[in-house]
Amino acid sequence: MSHTETLDRGRLIGTGEEPVPGIWRARLKTMREVFISRVLPPLIVIGGLVMLWEMLCSRPGATLPSPSQVLTETWDLITDPFYDNGGNDVGMAWQILASLERVAYGYSLAVIAGVGLGVLVGQSTWALRGLDPLFQVLRTVPPLAWLPISLAGFQDSNPSAIFVIFITAIWPIIINTSVGIRNIPEDYRNVSRVIRLNGAEYFWKIMLPAAAPYIFSGLRIGVGLSWLAIVAAEMLIGGVGIGFFIWDAWNSSLISDIILALIYVGLVGFMLDRMVAWIGNRVTRGTSAG
Amino acid sequence: MSNAYLSISQVDMSFTRGGTTNQVLKNIDLDVQRGEFISLIGHSGCGKSTVLNIVAGLLRATSGGVIVDGKEVNDPGPDRALVFQNHSLLPWLTVYQNVEIAVEKTFRKTKTAAERKAWILHNLDMVNMSHALDRLPSEISGGMKQRVGIARALAMEPKVLLLDEPFGALDALTRAHLQDEVMRIQSELANTVMMITHDVDEAVLLSDRIVMMTNGPAATIGQILDVELPRPRDRIAMADDPRYNHYRHEVLSFLYEKQRKVEEIDRHRGKRGGAEAAKAVKRA
Ligand SMILES: Nc1ncnc2c1ncn2[C@@H]1O[C@H](COP(=O)(O)OP(=O)(O)OP(=O)(O)O)[C@@H](O)[C@H]1O
Ligand SMILES: [Mg+2]
Repeated sequence: MSHTETLDRGRLIGTGEEPVPGIWRARLKTMREVFISRVLPPLIVIGGLVMLWEMLCSRPGATLPSPSQVLTETWDLITDPFYDNGGNDVGMAWQILASLERVAYGYSLAVIAGVGLGVLVGQSTWALRGLDPLFQVLRTVPPLAWLPISLAGFQDSNPSAIFVIFITAIWPIIINTSVGIRNIPEDYRNVSRVIRLNGAEYFWKIMLPAAAPYIFSGLRIGVGLSWLAIVAAEMLIGGVGIGFFIWDAWNSSLISDIILALIYVGLVGFMLDRMVAWIGNRVTRGTSAG
Repeated sequence: MSNAYLSISQVDMSFTRGGTTNQVLKNIDLDVQRGEFISLIGHSGCGKSTVLNIVAGLLRATSGGVIVDGKEVNDPGPDRALVFQNHSLLPWLTVYQNVEIAVEKTFRKTKTAAERKAWILHNLDMVNMSHALDRLPSEISGGMKQRVGIARALAMEPKVLLLDEPFGALDALTRAHLQDEVMRIQSELANTVMMITHDVDEAVLLSDRIVMMTNGPAATIGQILDVELPRPRDRIAMADDPRYNHYRHEVLSFLYEKQRKVEEIDRHRGKRGGAEAAKAVKRA
């Protein structure tokens, strides 16, 4: 944007025109260009799909509600996300926040344990040989398969859900961290030896920053998986949470509520992913792909 | 032991990988006086970096050893700073921070925070990098990276400065400029310098002695040339100096007559003149 701006200013001064309106014109022009190239295509595609949906589901005998029907039926939910009638009967915002809280606990634990184990496995060949087969097998276990065993262990639904998040998110974090650590160029190690950093300094100043792009790609995959897992886990454990909200709506045949919840789940998942990517970008100063 | 400041004695080096051992260095013996500027020259792969890494303490010689100022070298130490062949700046740190990380470690106890800051700025100024303190390595040119690498090494105030092809990847103009800077800094600080190079002119211009290595495997020192040219040396005046050309000729004849690796390269890559072949070696 600033690039176009300066170019434009140069041209305008050259022709002897007043530069200030030129800047604004240029700015408006770039905004219009961004709108046409970035905002318009998704708008057109989404609009088209909604129209198609409307057409298909407005026919008599359609099993799913049309978009207009969804909108009218869920209007109260959309406009009042913060109501609280006690029990499970709370607004969408509370449902989502309850799920996010579980994800926050499980995911934070997964980050700490995952980065720790990843560093261990990345650094020690012995730990790698010992733990890698275990990791490779355990990471293929589907998240929900962990739920019964964790219910048996914790005897309570909330810690079980958090454990499922933890165990789902931890594998990509461990694996990416260890790959990142193992890929630290020998040069960085030599640099740290020449300037004589000790073990702790090497860990904080060289190892973590050097592996950060890998670590953050693991964190990003992890947060996506956590969100996938929480919705499924909550369906089974009940209580407040977007997953159980969907299950509850299904039991009450409120298909429109389900559709609204799905849209929210998608949007929140998208935001979580963007958030981790953004943090990664800030921390690694743009060296991590995001 | 001799009374040299830095002495490399009877160093052999072999690498073992997967059961096969290959000897890279054989019987390297070299005494360096305090404040001397030494160049190591030899064909690619003969083991120059290995020698330097042994002196730096990054590698342990298979047999023999290195003594600096009366102490045996076993590990990297504050008395020896290495400028790496590929600059090796940390990409997530700015120019300033790349020097800071070395200064913080070296002078944490002996300088105050303000003194350390001034020292970092002083060293970056010495290599003319004061204008780019907050840039990341990815945002500066190859020559600038190399200069920051030199500043990082100088900032440790080493008694011995080890330079591994510090100007290898640079264009001729930047290279000449940095050579002048290194000559100036060395005359100011009177460091002992060991520099690896592929460039005959660079070796003659900068060095007090040129150490020429034979081809590997089992490379050793083939010849040592004393360069008795008065300092300060001026590259333009040198071009017409018969002594300069004599030294240049000595090194070239060692590299291209006595050590015949170039002809192999020539056969692989088609016919080239001497200067072209020298470039080919540089690139290899
Ligand atoms: N860590 C290592 N393990 C096994 N072999 C090695 C190792 N380091 C170097 N070598 C071998 O030692 C020889 C000398 O390597 P060295 O890097 O010292 O050469 P060099 O003279 O610096 O070459 P160049 O001019 O291309 O940098 C090479 O044949 C190389 O393959
Ligand atoms: Mg080398």
